[in-house]
Amino acid sequence: MWLAALFTVVFLMTPLVVTVAVSLGSSSVFTLPPPDWSLRWYERLADTRGLVPSLVTSLQVAAFSTAVALALGTLCAIALVRGRFPGRDGIATFLVSPLMLPGLVVGIAMLQGFKAIGLREAYLSLLVAHVVITLPYVVRTVLGALSLFDFSLIDAARTLGCSYPAALVRVLVPALGPAFLTSGMFAFLASMDNYPISIFFTDAWTKTLPIQMLQYVEENPDPTIAAISAGLVLLAILVLIVGDRLVGLRRLADF
Amino acid sequence: MSARLAPSPAASPWRDPVALLAAPAVLYLLALYALPLLWLLAKSFVGPAGPTLGPYVDFFSDPFNWRVVGNTLSVAAWVTVVCLAVGYPASFALARAGAALQIAMLVAIILPLSIGVVVKAFAWQIVLRRDGVVSQLLMAIGVWDEPQRLLFTETGLVLGAANVFLPFMILPIYSVVKLIDPRLDEAGATLGATPVYRFLRVTLPLTLPGVVSGVAFVFSMSVSMYVIPSLLIGDRFQTLSTLTGRSFLFMRNEQLGSTTAVVLLALAVSVVVGSGWIARRLGSST
Repeated sequence: MWLAALFTVVFLMTPLVVTVAVSLGSSSVFTLPPPDWSLRWYERLADTRGLVPSLVTSLQVAAFSTAVALALGTLCAIALVRGRFPGRDGIATFLVSPLMLPGLVVGIAMLQGFKAIGLREAYLSLLVAHVVITLPYVVRTVLGALSLFDFSLIDAARTLGCSYPAALVRVLVPALGPAFLTSGMFAFLASMDNYPISIFFTDAWTKTLPIQMLQYVEENPDPTIAAISAGLVLLAILVLIVGDRLVGLRRLADF
Repeated sequence: MSARLAPSPAASPWRDPVALLAAPAVLYLLALYALPLLWLLAKSFVGPAGPTLGPYVDFFSDPFNWRVVGNTLSVAAWVTVVCLAVGYPASFALARAGAALQIAMLVAIILPLSIGVVVKAFAWQIVLRRDGVVSQLLMAIGVWDEPQRLLFTETGLVLGAANVFLPFMILPIYSVVKLIDPRLDEAGATLGATPVYRFLRVTLPLTLPGVVSGVAFVFSMSVSMYVIPSLLIGDRFQTLSTLTGRSFLFMRNEQLGSTTAVVLLALAVSVVVGSGWIARRLGSST
């Protein structure tokens, strides 16, 4: 059991450590351990064509789709927990189902669907498609948190003199805060990371970061990609520290 | 006020105004996700001259495609086995570990989850090279006599994919294991049960729901993975997913692409439905 624990830690951390080590090495052929340390691959980042625009696109799409998903997903979760109508289990399964189906197939279907309704603009298609990617994360987590929430607390707040909206803001929103944060974080990261759906909605001018990166890897793999990756690793560490401070590491692992 | 809290059961279920809150999300997914999928499904059964099974007959009469289906299933099965073999004991360790090890494990599990699959697959390209870490390690402990390349082999693909999907095996099992009272095992021991018997009759049945959900996650994700095989094994070894992607993106063969997409979809849906069915049976029997 402890051997498996040790192996798990080493095994899971290997790709991250390797990426950072390669990005800091001076050699261009990925030798490990690197013969000498240098920051030259980081200096080349600024000159790498298409990198900054794709990063900006990815961040915008992820932020927008996560915000929309949080709004739609939370409303829907409230309806599913509080409502008394048939088929609620089915609706919950339906809303989480994009997580379980092959992204590539969903992407192809959406590409053809968007074409049929005349949506051809790449950026807008990306935004619309990514809401489908982020929504399941929000529904799943907020639904779990809401089913543990005691709604009589809202009535208690109203008895104590709060108006109904004030009771929602001061009781329900703080109680759901950790769920918003966790689901928002994973939804954001899922959108940033998505390849199989995004690939159908990119053109020469609009590319997301994973698409641009995979293109570099296939065209000319050099440690510049490792430098981008190391930047993303750093970003993930920061997100994790913030997440830990706000909701705690153990809650992030709730599945 | 209590009337508002618990709507009277006599009220028509369709008139519940709370249900309207679900409408935006449900309509969004219906229009932009479910309908396109159904449309893809429907179109794959319609030829130029009406309804047809032709594309599927063609697909399944080509031995190459059978090999593609076989590749997909065997790689997914191996990835699942590796993840289960490592993840099952690891989730017990995670649940029973002291504070320091638990934090180390949580970081090691959650951090990679927040990093893109392109980054990880790229890192495995480096790790699996002839002069990579795995090759050096296996030489150092004397398993291999000379450096070997694992990149572009099935072993390399399984290793890389297992690395990416391992957290999805550990977390569901962990969520079940942490609820088990360790004293149950002691109680079994006091009553004279052997360790093997205790594991088979007490621990294993209690963890089975987590195992089913972890296996379903990892298997369905391995069946559908696209980026990992593209980077770790290349065109020589096709899976349903890479074949679908190639047909649409490079070969512009929509006919073949739609057929493989539907076969892949059917496979993924049957994993989801099958695991849900098993989970319900487990739930009702305990």
